[in-house]
Amino acid sequence: MTVLAGGTDLMVELNFGRRRPEHIVAIDRVGELAGIERNGHVRMGAGVTYTRMLADAGSQALAEAARTIGSPQIRNAGTIGGNLGTASPAGDTLPVLAALEATVVLRSKAGERRVPFADYMTGPKKSVRRADELIVAAEWDEAGPAQTYMFVSTRNAMAISIAGLAMVVDRARKRVGIGLGSCGPTIIRPADAEGFARGLFDEAGWERPHRPSESAAKELGRLVAAAARPIDDVRGTAAYRRHALAVMGARALSRVAQIA
Amino acid sequence: MTRITVTVNGAREETAVEAHESLLTTLRERLGLPGSKNACEQGECGSCSVLLDDVLVCACLVLAASVDGREVRTVESLADGSALDPVQRAFVETGAVQCGFCTPGLVVATHALLRENPEPSLAEIREALSGNLCRCTGYGQIVEAVQRAAKTMYLHGLDDE
Repeated sequence: MTVLAGGTDLMVELNFGRRRPEHIVAIDRVGELAGIERNGHVRMGAGVTYTRMLADAGSQALAEAARTIGSPQIRNAGTIGGNLGTASPAGDTLPVLAALEATVVLRSKAGERRVPFADYMTGPKKSVRRADELIVAAEWDEAGPAQTYMFVSTRNAMAISIAGLAMVVDRARKRVGIGLGSCGPTIIRPADAEGFARGLFDEAGWERPHRPSESAAKELGRLVAAAARPIDDVRGTAAYRRHALAVMGARALSRVAQIA
Repeated sequence: MTRITVTVNGAREETAVEAHESLLTTLRERLGLPGSKNACEQGECGSCSVLLDDVLVCACLVLAASVDGREVRTVESLADGSALDPVQRAFVETGAVQCGFCTPGLVVATHALLRENPEPSLAEIREALSGNLCRCTGYGQIVEAVQRAAKTMYLHGLDDE
C-alpha cells in the first residue's frame, strides 16, 4: 500500500512510470491530519501544507523553510508529512525539524511510536518508518523567535537546495540546534558548532540580543562546514557546499543572536 | 479503472480513470479540455495549473481518482464564448503571449493571485508566478499583463467588458 499526501513526489514517479503501486491511499482530505495545536508545544499534523506553514508554523525557521519550497502550486499541495515520508536530505523542512529536536509521530494498527528526528532518517530517502506505519504528526517545543532557515540554490523558486541550514536558539532552555540539509546522506547536526554557539550565548547572556564578533561568526561557519559530509553532484560540488555552509553558518548566527 | 464524479467548470462529470492517472490526463484525454497543457509532468512548469476546490495546483500532481466529489476549474472556464476575461485580455493587449504554451497556466495562476491580492506589488507578482515557466518572453510583458489585469479588475470588477 502506498500513501499519497500532496502528490508532489509520488505523482512524479507515477507520471514517469517509475512506480506502479497496486494500491494508493490518498490522505490529503483526512481532517485529523491537518491540524496544528500550539500550547508551548507544537503538534503539526502530517497533512499540513507548506502554504499553511507560511501563516502558522509554530516555528519561524519552519515558516522560512516553507517559504523557500517550490512555488505557490507546490506549497499548496506539499505537506510536512510528505517531506518526512520522502526523507530526502534536500527536504527543506527537515534541517528545521532537526534543529528543533522534533519528534516524528508514527502510527500503525499496533499503536503509536514516537521517534526523535535524530533517529528518524537513516539514509537518502530512507527512514525507520515501517511499511505499516503512517506519519501522523511532527511535534516540538516552541523555541522562541531566535531561529532561521536559509538555503543556497540556483533560483529562489522551484529549485532543489544545494545546501541548507537551520539554526534555532532557544533562549529559555539555553539550547542551540543546527541542522544541515543537502550535505550528507541524512540531515546533519554539527555538534561542535552547536557547542561553540552555546559558549557564545553563555558569555553574552542568553536573555539578551547581541552582535557576535566577525571572528566568532566565522569560526561558527568553519565548524559547521567541518561537520558536513557533502558529495559532488549535478547541483553542486562538495567544496562549494562546504563554502556555502560556512557562509550560511556565520550569517545565521549573526541574524539569530540579534533576535531575543 | 475507477469511476469518479467531479465538477469541472461548473458541470458535473462522471468518468472512469486509471489507477495511476493524473487529473491532467483526465482533463485532456477524457473530458476534452486541452487548455491545461502537458509539459513537464513533475510540477516544475505550471503549464497545467488549475484550481482544485479553489486552490491553485498543478493538475499533473493530482491523482485523478482522488478528486472524486471535488471541484475543478480550468482555463476553459474563464472566457464567455469569444469574450475574453480581463486577465486573458490583458495578456493579449500587452503582448504577453509568444508561443502561447505557458499562457493558460499563467492566466490561471494570475486569477489565483488577484483573487487573494487585488493590488499586488511587482515582487508579489513575480513570487505568485514563480511556478510558471515561460521560455519565450522573458517575463517582462507577463508581469505587465498582470498589472494591467489588476488595474482593470480593480476599476471595473471581474465582469468588466
